[in-house]
Amino acid sequence: MKLYKADLHIHTVLSPCGDLEMSPAAIVNRAKEKGLDIIGITDHNSTKNCKIVEEIATNEGILVLKGAEVTTKEEVHCLAFFEKDNELNEFQSYLDSFITKIKNDPEKFGYQVVVDKNENIVEHIDWLLISALDQNIQQVERKVHQLNGLFIPAHIDRARYSLISQLGFVPSDLNEDALELSKYMTKSKFITQNQYLADRCFITSSDSHFTENIGDISTVFQLNEKTFGEVRMALKSENGRKVIA
Amino acid sequence: MQVEDIIKKLNLEIVSGNTGINREVTGGYVSDLLSDVMGNSKEGQIWITLQTHKNVMAIASLKDLAAVIMVKGFMPDEDTVAHSNQEGVPILVTNMNTFEVAGKLYEIVK
Repeated sequence: MKLYKADLHIHTVLSPCGDLEMSPAAIVNRAKEKGLDIIGITDHNSTKNCKIVEEIATNEGILVLKGAEVTTKEEVHCLAFFEKDNELNEFQSYLDSFITKIKNDPEKFGYQVVVDKNENIVEHIDWLLISALDQNIQQVERKVHQLNGLFIPAHIDRARYSLISQLGFVPSDLNEDALELSKYMTKSKFITQNQYLADRCFITSSDSHFTENIGDISTVFQLNEKTFGEVRMALKSENGRKVIA
Repeated sequence: MQVEDIIKKLNLEIVSGNTGINREVTGGYVSDLLSDVMGNSKEGQIWITLQTHKNVMAIASLKDLAAVIMVKGFMPDEDTVAHSNQEGVPILVTNMNTFEVAGKLYEIVK
């Protein structure tokens, strides 16, 4: 078993709030500089820049977990990751079907662009990606798991767009794979304040919108090798795989 | 003033928690952030919201609220209804939006 450093919450130029410098190549470069072994690509309600980041990262020996940061009907942000491209594609169709389509004003909210390897823009997304889906948190969780994915409510310690801000507390029957804490919170402090969550699995990630924040904080996994399946096992503490910190 | 009186005066529909219609109403609270309601609502208030998740009922019973009004024709989730019946805290629904129903409630219980 080896230890692997992961930052599973990174936005690209596709997120309106993502810096235009957040190109796939720049993200991979920065991840490499910060010694990250695994990164998660999680744009708001879109997966469309994941594969290009993966293509570049694979050459650098970095594993990419491909997914999105989904906005549920309650305006709870949740990370979702998928192992196979067909699962990712089906989830993209689900996002496209259920997002509330409000026209984006790039001057106000920022540009939302899908890019290729050479940073050429291949698509502009017309509707605002930070809108909510017309699907509640349980419906999103079920869809993610139906597609064999990982479901992780994001930055649950934050006062905005988090499971706890929107729904007061973590529902006891929520079938999450992990709960994410922001870089402003430590697990021990959080558990002290929320003792009912002591036995849940936690990860910590940067929620980077700018390259300089990538790897500001990370999660360390103990894995046999760097694969999606091994990360899944670690979240469940199976066969010696685990989340170290 | 009891929940039953509010139902009649505002022409609301009761979905669940019928055993609670005699609960005493002392005021109202309006918020869609459940963390805020948990921190700031007071016993006996009627809570007006567009959220329908079952955590709504957990918080309503924890805070001993008189009832919950769901606006704009939103209906509670199935497990929210079950919790409301179990706790005897009524869920009332209306096609009015939050502004309208809060204005009318304020006129009655201010």
